[in-house]
Amino acid sequence: MTTTTPASKAPTEPPVRRRIPKLSINLRQYGIVAALAVIVILFQILTDGRLLLPGNVNNLIQQNAYVLILAIGMVIVIIAGHIDLSVGSVVAMVGAVAAISMNNWGLPWWGAVIVSLLVGAAVGAWQGYWVAFVGIPAFIVTLAGMLIFRGLTLVLLTGGTISGLPAEFTAIGAGWLPSYLGELGGRDVLTLALGILTAVALIVFQLRNRATLARLDLPREPAASMWTKNGIAAIAIIWFAWLLSDYSGTPIILIVLAALILIYNFVLNRTVFGRHVYAMGGNLFAAVMSGVKTKWVNFYIFVNMGVLAGLAGVVSTARAGGAVASAGQNYELDAIAAVFIGGAAVQGGVGTVVGAVVGGLVMGVLNMGLSILSVDAAWQMTIKGLVLLLAVAFDIFNKRRAGGR
Amino acid sequence: MEHSIILRMNNIVKDFNGVKALDGVSLEVTRGQVHGICGENGAGKSTLMKVLSGVYPVGSFDGSIEFEDHEVAYKSINDSEHDGIVIIHQELALSPYLSIAENIFLGNENATRGVIDWNKTNREAALLLARVGLDENPATKILELGVGKQQLVEIAKALSKRVKLLILDEPTAALNDEDSAHLLGLIDHLRTQGITCIIISHKLKEIKRIADTVTVIRDGKTIETIDMNGPDATEAHIIRAMVGRDLNNLFPPREPAIGAEVLRVENWTVHHPVDVARKVVDGASFTVNAGEIVGFAGLMGAGRTELAMSLFGHSYGTNISGQVYKDGKEIQMRTVGEAIEHGFAYATEDRKRYGLNLIGDITVNVSAAALAKLAKYGVIDRHREYKVADSYRQKMNIKAPSVGSITGKLSGGNQQKVVLSKWIFSGPDVLILDEPTRGIDVGAKYEIYGIINELAAQGKAVIVISSELPELIGICDRIYAISEGKLTGEVAKADASQETLMHYMTAGKD
Ligand SMILES: Nc1ncnc2c1ncn2[C@@H]1O[C@H](COP(=O)(O)OP(=O)(O)OP(=O)(O)O)[C@@H](O)[C@H]1O
Ligand SMILES: [Mg+2]
Repeated sequence: MTTTTPASKAPTEPPVRRRIPKLSINLRQYGIVAALAVIVILFQILTDGRLLLPGNVNNLIQQNAYVLILAIGMVIVIIAGHIDLSVGSVVAMVGAVAAISMNNWGLPWWGAVIVSLLVGAAVGAWQGYWVAFVGIPAFIVTLAGMLIFRGLTLVLLTGGTISGLPAEFTAIGAGWLPSYLGELGGRDVLTLALGILTAVALIVFQLRNRATLARLDLPREPAASMWTKNGIAAIAIIWFAWLLSDYSGTPIILIVLAALILIYNFVLNRTVFGRHVYAMGGNLFAAVMSGVKTKWVNFYIFVNMGVLAGLAGVVSTARAGGAVASAGQNYELDAIAAVFIGGAAVQGGVGTVVGAVVGGLVMGVLNMGLSILSVDAAWQMTIKGLVLLLAVAFDIFNKRRAGGR
Repeated sequence: MEHSIILRMNNIVKDFNGVKALDGVSLEVTRGQVHGICGENGAGKSTLMKVLSGVYPVGSFDGSIEFEDHEVAYKSINDSEHDGIVIIHQELALSPYLSIAENIFLGNENATRGVIDWNKTNREAALLLARVGLDENPATKILELGVGKQQLVEIAKALSKRVKLLILDEPTAALNDEDSAHLLGLIDHLRTQGITCIIISHKLKEIKRIADTVTVIRDGKTIETIDMNGPDATEAHIIRAMVGRDLNNLFPPREPAIGAEVLRVENWTVHHPVDVARKVVDGASFTVNAGEIVGFAGLMGAGRTELAMSLFGHSYGTNISGQVYKDGKEIQMRTVGEAIEHGFAYATEDRKRYGLNLIGDITVNVSAAALAKLAKYGVIDRHREYKVADSYRQKMNIKAPSVGSITGKLSGGNQQKVVLSKWIFSGPDVLILDEPTRGIDVGAKYEIYGIINELAAQGKAVIVISSELPELIGICDRIYAISEGKLTGEVAKADASQETLMHYMTAGKD
């Protein structure tokens, strides 16, 4: 006896396959950018428009450069399934070495920068060795590193501070590009030009990318959505340049940051190394069984983190104008928070450079907005903690909804 | 009461982001029967059972469910378990470091005010183990058990919850014939005790042997419900309902063109990674020629996978000794990277653990073992990568909206096809396939055999490890039998029969 159930009565055409997955991933990326926009607008209103005064916008970059640099290194560490708790201490130690190298050994500013990056690399190699080749969890290795490098900083500075650093050095953290193109109505023309150039480059790049996709007949985002998204981004960039041009022009560190974002975005998305990082975070065993040299990848991830921590040390020492033993306190937590606000997963395998940078900016805007409102430090900390928690909770909620469970 | 309907699922529709996994499935299960569910990979079988058991809560799908004549609305798996519906998933979910007893009562502990009564727990666990016919100490840790025994622990766990409707999603996919037979016997036994059972399987022989009724699902729709005591109770009929056409041969035709020796392994000995004194592979010597398909038959735990993994870049075991010759030259493969460079590929039997990046999409998984082929100066050509992945999606018939789909969300059989694609794309000379058709539907099996044949025709040396003897006999030119780490026999295709193989596979055992 065969019964055909009523459900299969009419032959229907095969289900229409829509290309949703791609879009839902983008939604997550938009989510964090939207959150940044909301926070900016919120504080702009709360501070009666003071948040986006040119001086504050400038400070937002110069004050937060260290978090953004650390977050770029940290997102790679976290995607691979590790964590680095030592970066704050490394920032302090590198700052001390940089100051000593200039004031005691008489190195020029660029010599100090090179020494700083090398010290960072050495620290990274040290920690990478223990994590990758000995197999001690990064949490432990870098917790130890946090103590070791803080201790060494105290030894180097013998409890005091070193100030009076050369002006070329402090310019890295607190200086601007010279006004090569002069001024127009009190605004720095170079900054405006750079802003417009970046916006144009963005659009051209997107269009070229689209053209390639079309040529290869690959799925594309709808034109309307692409234009809205990039249109808004281009306008935001130009507006940002407009504000900066009214202050002191383009912060030097902004150029450094832009270069880092471009480079690391490329590394994670386009290179074999970046792919291996994601593969290891996604399933370490499967990565090993696919021939990924996981030990070396881990080692390089930490060396890279060390170099970036060294750079962050240079930047924050330059900005502060001197080295103090207490520098870099809690920087690791800021960087880790930025990465998670930016959509990385605690289990590893997920995260982006752009997300981490936007996450860092969210933290930065919060800091700045709350300071302008003269909210006291205790409450600032509390609020930042809550924002971190909510951001990640929102992300998980979103994912669950998208996953249909 | 005898022939009452225990479960009715009416017109269930479930979609994931606009992709319909279930498109109006209806199902009726009679009390006290074993109800089989068949369908191609990705047809929606597992999804249907997840809807039933509350994994997907009420509201996340359309349609209604009646259990024991009441319309039910389960918000979670706890709700359905409360009613006596227990699901054992395709991928087992036991906690490896806990004991059998602890696992059985996990979330359901025998405790007074939070303090566990261990005597009672172990006593009851022992009783349950006796009921499922598992002769193990309840204090044994799960990780010491093979899959077959773990499956029985899952059933014991279900029994501890006073199960009325037991759902088994591909319970025998990872079991050998012996363990499968035991499991089916147990299901028979449960049926006499009045427990209703839903079983999903791609092994139609088993379905034919055990099921009273079979429902076939295709593309998220119910196609047919077959009474297995009636005239339509044939494998051919089920297959036709599953794939929508007749499938006359189980194995595609092939003209073997066997060339020179590609791989020779001599005296390969591997010790257990923890219990170092124990030899897991003991002096194995064998050869594989170009264009040849060589099978490895053995019982669970005989050392087939261990042999393959230890060859493939020493991925398993310690104290490995022996020689490997490729094209007559001795080679060393101490890491997976070296093995891949020497033209080896190993498609694992354990896709979730060793095979896939489950949070990555199809593209990154297909390219994972051969990124070097797609990259220049360390930069990946992503357009080419996409094209490659998409061509495998079409060739292997991977059921997914696009190669951007996350592999963790594919159905089990489609995940298996991704693993195979990855290793075929790596372009090996020696391809080791460990249980290549595990969890794969009949139609797709035929396609995969075709692909294996094609690889052999290209002159590759192919090794197939399988627990299904008919499969080995059907596709291999030569079969080695392995028992307790030793190669105990070598059988040419012409002489291969299940009996001969079984004889060698159990050689040296008491
Ligand atoms: N969480 C999810 N997100 C998106 N799609 C999903 C999800 N789970 C299942 N699907 C899709 O639903 C369809 C049915 O999947 P299901 O796992 O039910 O198949 P199946 O019949 O059990 O196949 P198999 O025999 O291979 O196990 C597949 O196309 C699958 O990709
Ligand atoms: Mg399934």
